[in-house]
Amino acid sequence: MRTVYFDHNATTPIHPEVRNAVAPYLGELFGNPSSIHWAGRDVRKAIEDARQEIAAFFGSQPLEIVFTSSGSESDNLAIKGVAFRKGNAGKHIVTSQVEHPAVMNTCRFLEGQGFRVTYVPVNHDGIVEPDAVRNALAPDTILVSIMHANNETGCIMPIAEIGAMVRRAGILMHTDAVQATGKIPIDFKSLPVDLLTFSGHKVNALKGAGGLVVRKGIEIEAIIHGGHQERGRRGGTENVVGIVAMGKAFSLLTSGMAEESAGTRRLRDRFEKGLFGRIPDLVLNGHPTQRLPNTVNISFRFVEGEAMLLNLDMMGIACSSGSACTSGSLEPSPVLTAMGTDPTDAQGALRFSLGYGNTEADVDYAIDAIETVVRKLRALSPLSHPRQVKVR
Amino acid sequence: MTARRRILAAMSGGVDSSVAALLLQREGWDVIGISMDLYDFSAVTRDRAGTCCSLDDLYDARRVCDALGIPYYVLNLRDEFRREVIDPFVREYATGRTPNPCILCNEHLKFRALLRKADELGAEGVATGHYAVIRREAGRCRLFAAPDRSKDQSYFLFSLESDRLARIHFPVGEMRKSEVRKAADAAGLPVSEKRESQDICFVTDDSYAAFISRSGIREKEGRFLDSAGNVLGVHKGVLRYTVGQRKGLGIASKEPLYVVAIDAERNEIVLGTENETLAAGATAGRASFVAGAPPAAEFRATVKVRYRHPGADATVRVRGDRVDVVFDAAQRSVTPGQALVLYDGDEVLGGGWIECASASRS
Repeated sequence: MRTVYFDHNATTPIHPEVRNAVAPYLGELFGNPSSIHWAGRDVRKAIEDARQEIAAFFGSQPLEIVFTSSGSESDNLAIKGVAFRKGNAGKHIVTSQVEHPAVMNTCRFLEGQGFRVTYVPVNHDGIVEPDAVRNALAPDTILVSIMHANNETGCIMPIAEIGAMVRRAGILMHTDAVQATGKIPIDFKSLPVDLLTFSGHKVNALKGAGGLVVRKGIEIEAIIHGGHQERGRRGGTENVVGIVAMGKAFSLLTSGMAEESAGTRRLRDRFEKGLFGRIPDLVLNGHPTQRLPNTVNISFRFVEGEAMLLNLDMMGIACSSGSACTSGSLEPSPVLTAMGTDPTDAQGALRFSLGYGNTEADVDYAIDAIETVVRKLRALSPLSHPRQVKVR
Repeated sequence: MTARRRILAAMSGGVDSSVAALLLQREGWDVIGISMDLYDFSAVTRDRAGTCCSLDDLYDARRVCDALGIPYYVLNLRDEFRREVIDPFVREYATGRTPNPCILCNEHLKFRALLRKADELGAEGVATGHYAVIRREAGRCRLFAAPDRSKDQSYFLFSLESDRLARIHFPVGEMRKSEVRKAADAAGLPVSEKRESQDICFVTDDSYAAFISRSGIREKEGRFLDSAGNVLGVHKGVLRYTVGQRKGLGIASKEPLYVVAIDAERNEIVLGTENETLAAGATAGRASFVAGAPPAAEFRATVKVRYRHPGADATVRVRGDRVDVVFDAAQRSVTPGQALVLYDGDEVLGGGWIECASASRS
């Protein structure tokens, strides 16, 4: 069966150069990077080289990179790390209603630990407006955490504007940049944020490794206590393979991101035009332009997302309804709900996210397949026939 | 195969020690990069650039060694550092002196403990990025100021005697700072841009007084007196003052007042006019000479009483392990606890630790 992978926001295929780069670390280079002998030394150098590559990509200093196990751990480290360090100075945190569960549920946890959290809404296009954040700030706000780009809609948040305003108020700014990383330019040096989350497996590296960029001078509490790894900010023997993989993946991004995201944007636009041109009653969820170049989120009216997803899977097409971390339930996506999407439309929403390895042939095959599935499901739909309902 | 001669390069991550290691490697030495873990900086602060051995510097040093392809080790010398540097620093301060811990660190850590480590590691000696010159002559070594006077660090090295100098190398000692930078750039060494390491590395963030009071020494208010014994006011504890200090005394007066002397035992501080801070001479104890002995019982020398002191011509008389110095012209701010270093032109003859200044007769 032909397969098409359109779920790059969930995870990405491993780049062959990444696979080559990690091969020695699955073989003879097995040392513990903290060991002072030869076995540790080469491995330690590999980690520091990777740190430098990643720093070069973000425009940060190498020592501002803290390696973790995942984007989720990085979000936990950023938010709990600030809360536990600054909890005496204030008990209020501001985030948005469309954050990834790693941010959302960390904030909920902190609500049970005596913190107050304001979840600011988004507008109908899915964008967090700076004024909404400004209005949420309180005298005891210690942290604002707003994602750089949304995982479900691809909406790009005005982080520069929000961050500048937040930091002017003397408040720390965190952004979960897991989805934005590698898709749009990020310059940590000029971006007004203190903490920035990234992940390896979203950029053609391996699962099990991520990181947090912590601006020099910002102090956070560790959440994994242990050895002195990562200068005391994250205990535990380093995931050498995962870190080396990230180093390679980020160096590839540094040299080729602009070209690759332009290519991906062309494919995504071809896909989007094809669908909207051939299938009636589609709704684009999210901002038409202020959006990642690889992502499109569409509601297929009068059909359920779940049924679409399963049918497309049977035709070899991988996409998702909602975030992979929440799909599996028939609940409408909280992200779309927060945007004020009609609940019925939200039920029929699918996210397609393109990336490395996709081709025009993939796009054309997917458009045909989706058209076929939509026609079939609409013919069966108890939600009634499109021609007989009033479309808003 | 003949084994290459091995040497330890003390690495701070800064440009000087990095280029020192680079030059030794080019000369064919088997270089081992070393940093000293002296102090738990994380207990005080996480980000402290610009001192010798903070956490960021260890990272920088490691990356330089990676670039040179040489092994890099961090040696734990915390006990020695506490015993030989911090404890004496606190004790000296508490007795009203203004100590110079950087010289103690050179004397006991860099050029004693590290030489011991060199023995353990089969290395002939130790190299650092100091700006000073060692001349190796038949049977002895002599120490000279660096030609780049703005960088000269020979003052901090006076206590090294000839047989130790024989095992010490200052590869950048005769270079200009700009040449050192150029060499680092040309070799692509990842040295960081940071300020010069001149502050006392273990006193972070806050004042010496706060550091010392954390060390368990209690501060007590006492009296400011003038030289005639009249009470001028109340001081906040002798730790907070140093000889020659003018600012922060909190005493109103027609003429600017300076700290002339500190008597920790009586908890009294004598203030006086600028003239009263002038000293006709000084006595230094625990004196040592690079050559192992003084050139004569009485001799002429140029004397520096602090790091940035341009030097004053003087007559030196040796009295056991003490030296008495009489300046040709009276000198300001001769401060007990600081090093007194004797030069013959560019050459370091030796020195000692200032015990007291003798009052100016003028």
